[in-house]
Amino acid sequence: MSTENLIACHECDLLQRLPEHQGSYVARCPRCNALLHRGVENSIDRTLAFTLAGVILFVVANSFPFLAFKLQGQETQATLISGVLDLYNSGKWEIAALVLLTTIAVPLFELLILLYIFIPLKFNRVPWKMAAVFRIAQNLSPWSMMEVFLIGIIVAVVKLVGMATIVPGLALWSFAFLILVLAAAAANLDSQVVWERVEYPR
Amino acid sequence: MTTPVMTSAAAAGLIGCHSCDLLVKAPGEQHAELSCPRCGATLHRRKPNSLARTWAFVIAAFICYIPANLMPMTVITSLGNVQSDTIMSGVIYFLQHGEWPIGLVILIASIVVPLTKLFILIYLLISVQRKSQWRPAERTRLYRVTEAIGRWSMTDIYVVTILVALVHLGNLATIEAGTGAIFFGAVVVLTIIAAMTFDPREIWDNTESTA
Repeated sequence: MSTENLIACHECDLLQRLPEHQGSYVARCPRCNALLHRGVENSIDRTLAFTLAGVILFVVANSFPFLAFKLQGQETQATLISGVLDLYNSGKWEIAALVLLTTIAVPLFELLILLYIFIPLKFNRVPWKMAAVFRIAQNLSPWSMMEVFLIGIIVAVVKLVGMATIVPGLALWSFAFLILVLAAAAANLDSQVVWERVEYPR
Repeated sequence: MTTPVMTSAAAAGLIGCHSCDLLVKAPGEQHAELSCPRCGATLHRRKPNSLARTWAFVIAAFICYIPANLMPMTVITSLGNVQSDTIMSGVIYFLQHGEWPIGLVILIASIVVPLTKLFILIYLLISVQRKSQWRPAERTRLYRVTEAIGRWSMTDIYVVTILVALVHLGNLATIEAGTGAIFFGAVVVLTIIAAMTFDPREIWDNTESTA
């Protein structure tokens, strides 16, 4: 039996033949309904476009305060990094590390990996150690939690709004767009366009 | 639509790479370390020791969940008054002050989601260990739910981070993170890892052996 076009379901291990497809499609396991594969037309161009937009938004989101807090003439402003530093300085390094990883380090690393892979692919080249680097991105992605952070901002604002004046900052809007752009980059990434370019002994 | 071959990859002597989906012929020896020729990921027929590992992470998460609820998430100092809030006292405060949408968000993210996730994982672990053949597709869907909801528990950790970052006006008003927040962060991380180490293919292995 040739293993060409065969795929095993990640969730129930059912062996099945992927249909010949052009363009965008979604293949699901007929037995357990798991998502087997998402084929995307022009995946390289689309992923690259959303990743570039993501890098710009990431820089803006981390360079400006996302909220300001005013009480009796005093004002404090918060950026993501200042939040992490405040936690660290008050001795809660465990939470500081968790927030740093899930909202700054992992999203940034993922964006940089996508650039590293998709810029060369766009010009028909294969970057050095592409398979290993792409696997790092796959393993990191469950730990990128910016969309949850946005819910945290909303809850915090409602919590504080009765106590003081809360002013939304420029970074707040960049956060919102960054989350949309990250989701779009992930939805348009057809991982098989990466794996197909890897040379290996058959 | 895909065309099912109506056998599991394992029964056909194949291993599907979890990273790049390449199908690789499994060698006869069970214990040989095998890596994917295409992407280099370590290949396993099933996630190694998945039942024992998932149990370990679930139990560890339950243990951390106790101090996470008993110790304060935030410590608020305002004009000399010090007030500690746990997860539950925060929820009750919001419900009593008519801000039930926020109370509900915290209740769902910090109490309903982690507990639901842990109980579903325990049910799945026991059902696999008892070789249950009952509704494998629905149990797989339950597993998918646990994988999807875990990250939303981080909400309260982020709320604390933002409060700490914004409210530090010396004696006037200062908010600090409490020890409960550390344990709650541990609960979130442990439950996410617990869902990762569980292998839903074990649910289907039991239905195939007697089919």
